[in-house]
Amino acid sequence: MLKVFRCDLHVHTCLSPCAELDMYPRKLVERCLAVGLDAVAICDHNASENIAWVRRCAAGTPLTVLAGMEIASREEVHLLALFDIVEELLPLQEWISRHLPGRNDERRFGCQAIVNDRDEVEGFCDRLLIGATELPLQAIVERIHDLGGLAVASHIDRESFSILSQLGFIVPGPPFDALELSPETGIRGGRIRYPELEQFSFITSSDAHHIRDIGRAWTDVRMHAVTVKELSMAFRKRQGRTIEE
Amino acid sequence: MEYKEGREIVDLATIVKALDLKVRHGAHLLDRKVTGGFTGDLLSDVMAHSSEGDLWITRQIHQNIIAVASLKDHAGIVLVQGNEPAADTLEKAVKENVPILVSDWSGFETAGKIYEILNVRGG
Repeated sequence: MLKVFRCDLHVHTCLSPCAELDMYPRKLVERCLAVGLDAVAICDHNASENIAWVRRCAAGTPLTVLAGMEIASREEVHLLALFDIVEELLPLQEWISRHLPGRNDERRFGCQAIVNDRDEVEGFCDRLLIGATELPLQAIVERIHDLGGLAVASHIDRESFSILSQLGFIVPGPPFDALELSPETGIRGGRIRYPELEQFSFITSSDAHHIRDIGRAWTDVRMHAVTVKELSMAFRKRQGRTIEE
Repeated sequence: MEYKEGREIVDLATIVKALDLKVRHGAHLLDRKVTGGFTGDLLSDVMAHSSEGDLWITRQIHQNIIAVASLKDHAGIVLVQGNEPAADTLEKAVKENVPILVSDWSGFETAGKIYEILNVRGG
């Protein structure tokens, strides 16, 4: 049976240097539930260490937590990788980490906190998560697909770090599964602004870096359950699964 | 000697020689005139603000640079810091006939040297 799920497929935690420290797992899950989200994808910059903790906090609640990552390509294009569970994302994480140069400077970029389900700081990530990998965009999309995940171009309407700002237009080649519009534009705004991208599925997300951002945007998806397989069908408009625009 | 808006119009060959640029494509196109220059790595910015006849100085090696250079009728593209075009970028360059030059200098040095060549000294 198909029903509509309210999904925010792009939310950061306190692991991302630009995110507030109040984005720790337990508070994040509470907020998601409070605003009525059915699903959230945790997408920290080039990292994934808080996903397991968020999933633990969500256990027993109606909230589904997908394992994601916001990756910065060599061209400084941001894209989301979406998987069902962290274990599926780990090979991607290992590859990304190997190709991400630099060490974080907490004073300049913010701290990158790994926080558990009891609000305790487990440690800090010392990689330069705000940086860009040495990996070309095409290779990243291919790798995500090889590992069974979905690749979504982040906030295509933004003036920085979007595929359109960095590369001018969407490339031919390994296609994105969907394109994300920022909360300011939304899906409908995206359709008006980018008629040339009509063949792509659009989503919108909060891209939350602060607790208060959660709930400012989400995508309604008609599917059977919140899984990557179902999302993939919805992006392709298969078997009745769709994105409600 | 030709001049346009106070700038000396030179051809790609002059710049290639002066900066010791490596020609990855376009050896037969070096008589193209260079009427200006543009530095930028964000293609949206280059699309919006560069001009016909510009020599585009960038570190961006993604294949989209060819479409942009072709669209804007640039004289050619100089990749800086020894960056080499991606394989598909070079293929596109051949197809679209866009000169690709490689500079071992930094973006700052490359742009500075080209600016000096293009601009008339002494007012």
